[in-house]
Amino acid sequence: MQALLALVRAELKLHFSNRRAVLLSIVAPILIAAFFGSLFGGSTKMAGIAVGVVDLDGSPLSQRVVAALQAEASLKTTVTDEASALAQVRAGKLRAVAILPQGLGQQAGGAMFGGSKPEIVLHYDPSQASALAVVRGLLAQTLMQEVSRSTFSPAGLGEMQRQVSGAASMPEGQRADLTRMFDAIGKVQRPESGSSAPETGGLSMPYTTREIEAVQASANAAPVAYNSYAHSFAGMGVQFILMAGVDMAVGLLLMRRLGLWKRLRAAPLSRAQLLGSRVLASALISLIVFAVIYAVAIAAFGVRVLGSPAGFALVLVSFSLLTASFGLLVAALGRTPEATRGLAILATLLMVMLGGAWVPAFIFPEWLQTVSLAVPTRWAVDALDAMTWRGQGFSEALLPTAVMLGFTAVFMAVALWRFRWEE
Amino acid sequence: MNDEVLVARGLRKAYGDRVAVHEVSLALRPGEVLGLLGPNGAGKSTTVGMICGLTAPDAGSVTLAGGVSLASDEAGYKRRIGLVPQDIALYEELPARMNLELFGALYGMPPDLLKRRADEVLAMVGLTDRAKDKPSTFSGGMKRRLNIACALIHDPEVILLDEPTAGVDPQSRNAIFDNLEMLKAAGKALIYTTHYMEEAERLADRIVIVDHGRVVASGTQAQLFALLPAAQTLQVELDGEPDDAVLQGLPGVKRTGQRLEVSVADIARDTGAVLAALAERGIKVRGLATARATLEDVFLQLTGRALRD
Repeated sequence: MQALLALVRAELKLHFSNRRAVLLSIVAPILIAAFFGSLFGGSTKMAGIAVGVVDLDGSPLSQRVVAALQAEASLKTTVTDEASALAQVRAGKLRAVAILPQGLGQQAGGAMFGGSKPEIVLHYDPSQASALAVVRGLLAQTLMQEVSRSTFSPAGLGEMQRQVSGAASMPEGQRADLTRMFDAIGKVQRPESGSSAPETGGLSMPYTTREIEAVQASANAAPVAYNSYAHSFAGMGVQFILMAGVDMAVGLLLMRRLGLWKRLRAAPLSRAQLLGSRVLASALISLIVFAVIYAVAIAAFGVRVLGSPAGFALVLVSFSLLTASFGLLVAALGRTPEATRGLAILATLLMVMLGGAWVPAFIFPEWLQTVSLAVPTRWAVDALDAMTWRGQGFSEALLPTAVMLGFTAVFMAVALWRFRWEE
Repeated sequence: MNDEVLVARGLRKAYGDRVAVHEVSLALRPGEVLGLLGPNGAGKSTTVGMICGLTAPDAGSVTLAGGVSLASDEAGYKRRIGLVPQDIALYEELPARMNLELFGALYGMPPDLLKRRADEVLAMVGLTDRAKDKPSTFSGGMKRRLNIACALIHDPEVILLDEPTAGVDPQSRNAIFDNLEMLKAAGKALIYTTHYMEEAERLADRIVIVDHGRVVASGTQAQLFALLPAAQTLQVELDGEPDDAVLQGLPGVKRTGQRLEVSVADIARDTGAVLAALAERGIKVRGLATARATLEDVFLQLTGRALRD
């Protein structure tokens, strides 16, 4: 035990006495996590989607549509001419632009009942195609409200009745039905005598929504705003801790090259003591660095462990052991420090990418989500998400922990099998 | 095993078809330095590796006094051996004293003894004033000395030194030799591998010459020189170049220009006879010098190659 502790103490001292390396191992994940966190929302809402609108009609209807789009909080609407709008979309400054055609105001009402439909052209940035759906939806909502308001206003209804009366080709029965319907709508919308209610008119959305962020730990807990830094710190923490594991592996290969390994093996130490000290030191270093990263995340970026603190600690410990075993596996399979570092970094990046460390796994295609379950980092990131912003209980930490410890056992077994004891 | 502290018998190690060490046997007594001399790749380090338990031999055994072997008591065996690897095997970013204390702790030394021994070995290798400094700030010679000190911290009976002076300046080399002579005087048994014959000649009481994994000769220096047809050389400077025909009949003579090299068994006894033989042939002598044979000559004689080939 004395020998084991001496080796672990030496490794910890060596690691933490290299202040520049330690600082980098902590600062780098924090900086990148802060960047990703702010990119995916941070603790504030996303900025409005930059879109353009070109009003070729200039009718009261089209002007109201433009005003409605400008008032929409989720959009940042620019009114401009067609050439400028197209140039800005091509340059990536606007994600989409809607061209409101000439005659929109005149044709839109009639088009609701089968007349010729005006065409609204949408130009969009192909690299930002997801914005198209948002613009299309908001445009539909706004147009329907404004067209219906215009169509079912007293003036609009009068115009519609005149068009129906003048439609010689329309069957008599249909003409009579439409005339009755317009009368009925006009009657309903006419304010009662003596009423002070303002004239409304038009259709309105048949529902309202109440939007609640589903992040609180329990029904009784105070709601806490979603903090996208929680995921980015989990992802970047996992990535950089694994890279630290690779560094430990390369350190072991360098020990071989420098003859230190020979000296250690000449001492009366068992193989378990020799490798156990490496694993223990690596796991402790990983745990300490990860804890510091989360301490900064909590203190400076508002990340909170909304779930089980014990579960969170268990996940960190499991992942630290996983990292240590991964490092040992790399050291067992590697030949030279130089070649091993490159391959191990590649393997690490693949694991963190598939593990959802860069972007959440739920945006992967379904098949990739299934495949990524075979990657231990996926379990680590999901478990950290579960214990932080998803606010899950201790029981939700057990399966990821079991999976990570399973991977740890497999990595250790392969490492011991392939480890070259002799030079 | 009589008074030997270490006996190795029939050590053999092969890597695939290549036999690195073939039937090497050696014995070592307390207070003795055994030189393991051979060119690079001769199998010296592999032999050392098998003795200190780094490399499992394919055949053969190593036993310490008291019948302790790796097989019978690995930890007890290793505690009695100190290894100075060929490379500088130190934690470069840990202070010198901490290196010593770490390696001592690996041998289960209690803290108070560890501190005392660290002071002793630091003083012995002349690094007391640099105890708190990191080896990364040391010169090559200082690192070599600390490399040796780390093998001594647990006070082993047998010390294996695998080319411990590689790449050091003459001054540091002399300091290391002084340290080794102190160890020898203290009754430690040393195995010293080298491909520098001068080092073996200076330090070793007995020398084992290895080549291609085999022991080609072993014994004291006198015993090894006795393997040569002549252990000494008479160098004769001539007044002009003689006709080679005139030299015929003189045994062991080699001429280079106006210089003759004559191998003799005993300088004192044979010099007069050589000079008389030259005078009989009318050859005038301008100068005379003597030279002793070296281990290089022994190696050349035994293998047909130079040590540094």
